[in-house]
Amino acid sequence: MVEVSMTVNGKTVSGSVEGRTLLVQFLRDDLKLTGTHVGCDTSQCGACVVHVNGEAVKACTMLAGEADGAEIATIEGMANADGSLGTIQAAFQEHHGLQCGFCTPGMVMSAAALLKDNANPSETEIREYLEGNICRCTGYHNIVKAIQAAAANMTPMAAE
Amino acid sequence: MPKDSGIGASSKRREDVRFLTGKGNYTDDINVHGQTYVHFLRSDVAHGRINGIDSSAAAAMPGVVRIFTGADFEGVGGIPCGWQVTDRHGEPMQEPAHPVLAQGKARHVGDPIAAVVAETAEQARDAAAAIEVDMEELPAVIDMAAALADGSPKVHDDLTSNLCYDWGFVEENKEAVDEAIKGAHHVTTLELVNNRLIANPMEPRVALGDYNAGTDEHTLYTTSQNPHVIRLLMGAFVLGIPEHKLRVVAPDVGGGFGTKIFHYAEEAFCTFAAKAVGRPVKWTSSRSEAFMSDAHGRDHVTKIELAMDENGKFLAIRTDTMANMGAYLSTFAPSVPTWLHGTLMAGNYTTPLIYVNVKAVFTNTVPVDAYRGAGRPEATFQLERVVDKAAREMGIDPVELRRRNFIKPDQYPYATPVAVEYDTGNYDATMDKLLEISDHAGFAGRKAESAARGRLRGFGVCSYIEACGIAPSNLVGQLGARAGLYESATVRVNATGSISVMTGSHSHGQGHETTFPQVVAEMLGIDEAQIDIVHGDTSKVPMGMGTYGSRSLAVGGSAMVRATEKIINKAKKIASHLLEASEGDIELANGAFSVAGTDKSVAWGDVCLAAYVPHNYPLEDIEPGLEETAFYDPSNFTYPAGAYACEVEVDPDTGKVEIMSFAAADDFGNVINPMIVEGQVHGGLAQGIGQALLEAAVYDENGQLLSGSYMDYAMPRADDLPFYAVDHSCQTPCTHNPLGVKGCGEAGAIGSPPAVVNAVVDALADRGVTHIDMPLTPSRVWAAMNG
Repeated sequence: MVEVSMTVNGKTVSGSVEGRTLLVQFLRDDLKLTGTHVGCDTSQCGACVVHVNGEAVKACTMLAGEADGAEIATIEGMANADGSLGTIQAAFQEHHGLQCGFCTPGMVMSAAALLKDNANPSETEIREYLEGNICRCTGYHNIVKAIQAAAANMTPMAAE
Repeated sequence: MPKDSGIGASSKRREDVRFLTGKGNYTDDINVHGQTYVHFLRSDVAHGRINGIDSSAAAAMPGVVRIFTGADFEGVGGIPCGWQVTDRHGEPMQEPAHPVLAQGKARHVGDPIAAVVAETAEQARDAAAAIEVDMEELPAVIDMAAALADGSPKVHDDLTSNLCYDWGFVEENKEAVDEAIKGAHHVTTLELVNNRLIANPMEPRVALGDYNAGTDEHTLYTTSQNPHVIRLLMGAFVLGIPEHKLRVVAPDVGGGFGTKIFHYAEEAFCTFAAKAVGRPVKWTSSRSEAFMSDAHGRDHVTKIELAMDENGKFLAIRTDTMANMGAYLSTFAPSVPTWLHGTLMAGNYTTPLIYVNVKAVFTNTVPVDAYRGAGRPEATFQLERVVDKAAREMGIDPVELRRRNFIKPDQYPYATPVAVEYDTGNYDATMDKLLEISDHAGFAGRKAESAARGRLRGFGVCSYIEACGIAPSNLVGQLGARAGLYESATVRVNATGSISVMTGSHSHGQGHETTFPQVVAEMLGIDEAQIDIVHGDTSKVPMGMGTYGSRSLAVGGSAMVRATEKIINKAKKIASHLLEASEGDIELANGAFSVAGTDKSVAWGDVCLAAYVPHNYPLEDIEPGLEETAFYDPSNFTYPAGAYACEVEVDPDTGKVEIMSFAAADDFGNVINPMIVEGQVHGGLAQGIGQALLEAAVYDENGQLLSGSYMDYAMPRADDLPFYAVDHSCQTPCTHNPLGVKGCGEAGAIGSPPAVVNAVVDALADRGVTHIDMPLTPSRVWAAMNG
């Protein structure tokens, strides 16, 4: 067993895991943070995207042990402090950017990573960035619209 | 002015908040105290005789609780099929046994042979790898034509052949159709493949069985579109558990698209094993398992002939199809190529004579069943492809040829020669709207501009009609359904005026929790926020047939309307008592009951309170309480219809197709929530475009699934698709359900494949290309261009 300790959504957590335990299993099974989903076993679908030290990472491609000491952010930490939806989450609701909701946590986390690096992405840049996130419900139309809207809503804040 | 609540409002989805904050409750998020985990050992050959299974080494491995094989299920029923098709000669289809775990033979790659129950999922998986199976590999039957040939190996030794049924429809028309084709001015013939697809909802299937020995009650948590149907099929046909001892829960479900309708062996296994081992048993499918155990879709090989007179008037259609059933009959598999396909072969047209032949074939592949559209995409694809080819051969514009043959608005109700009666429609209206939103008039200019860049541009259209909300029960019973196709709803008004609506339909992305309250709020004049929807739990909802075939609102919504009408009737009786007025004078508006022509009124909440605190109440006339249930069995299908257009550019050097624009003009009748309806169309379009350009389930000649992961099966990604132009302003309301709604879930997947292929063929027509089979990969397109 491997002892791991990390910060998840601002809280320090630790656990004892098998060496082969994936980060996504540690989040879901040990920490009961079930918002991060598993949609495939080949690191293609992106339902498990979280942030590791500020970078978007598929939590199925990383061992829990490799995340020892890291700062992790998951969908559970994306709302505002008062519990209201964050800018990207609110845009997804406003623009109907989700249907079954299963890919949604990964989509939101990927969108957040994109907008952190590129505050005003073009439609093409958004679509290319989402290559690693598969949605079967929306046809992507409203996801792209939501991310465009989130970018527009976040820009004035960045300018302040 | 758009409404901001009630029917017609784009109310924001209330379920989004939990999905966006990680608080959804999907089946894999549920864990029960003391649970064990099962791993299925699946066949790695397509066809093999199981001469022995040695699990002694596996049983001794750490954490193993028990290992099951087919022998453990010998006293248990098989997985049932829910639809019996009768063949051309009046004989029932051949219906093979489908054991929970393979008995004697494995019949497709992925067929479960043994199951290891262990303390952890990893221990179960490790032990499964240590099971020794003495498997004698047999010749596999993969190709349908080969499977039907004399001397072919048989998938099921106890059947007479690999032919499930040979279905003719309408058999009495066969000779007249043959004659009409023989004597026609022109006959256009097309042979085509409707490619095999894998539904791939993003949430893999999960089953968690639990058993309470104290009460003899079973609970199954499962990723299902219809928990009551699973309760019925599994309880009555597989495990012999009566309904009152079996609870099936389908909580948040991450997409279905048809493949989560069916009752699967893993559900029966987990329910059975939980009692056998005395602990809960959980199975979570990996995506790799999903590819080889979720029912696949489509997989038809077809020849269609369209006979016309000199003006292009359609005289007759004859179509022959081989439909792949896979190795076993999945729950509704036999109905898909027959009653959901043959009945739609008239399309939007007045063709007077139609004959459909379908041969359903067993092969050593995963079972094939309904996938978004289910039979209707296969009908629409062949019809709209042959119409497009006919237009070229006749020298008539494809839009004009369609218009010449459209059923006209004054012809409804319109009885087709394939046994259905369309209640209403206006196909010229949706075509007009389509040409407007797709800027058809500007196409020539865009084509010239593409040509200047060395690209080949094409414009393709498609008209479609589909049949949704399959019904009525007495008819589908005659057609072979082993279930009714009504829906139920219970409207429970609480003492303080809030409402719980229990619906037997199920939301797995469609937004019932938002749209259903919009309807009830409109009827009662109260705030949507006072109304909650309850679904997905057989212990909370009286009965239900679930969600598929775009039936939720047309059938389930109608049941909810009927139950709400009963609520209103009773509430008016209570209000008339409170207001000391005649019941006939009571009016309900804006959440208050008033006496017509007076200023006397009583609020909704006061009437509800009186029903539960009946101090001042007509107890001699009516019971206390305010809760009503309705079952709704539709008198007909609904018939959404519309027209789609795709514009593509083809790179002549590589054969790569790029979608430049896609437009959809749909007639869904009345619309409750336009935002959600448009989202449903977007998703359907992506799946249809995926079928046309990207997706294919491919087996090699030995029955190995080559497209068994997202590395090999090309799911549409964001950069494969454009923004879509969608419109649903052409509305001819359904004439026979109370909401006038038709259903919108499948249209996008039905109308888009032919539009895409027609566009590509249009782009390449100058190079002599008349057809390319889907998916239109660059290599196929390049090969078609270069002979």
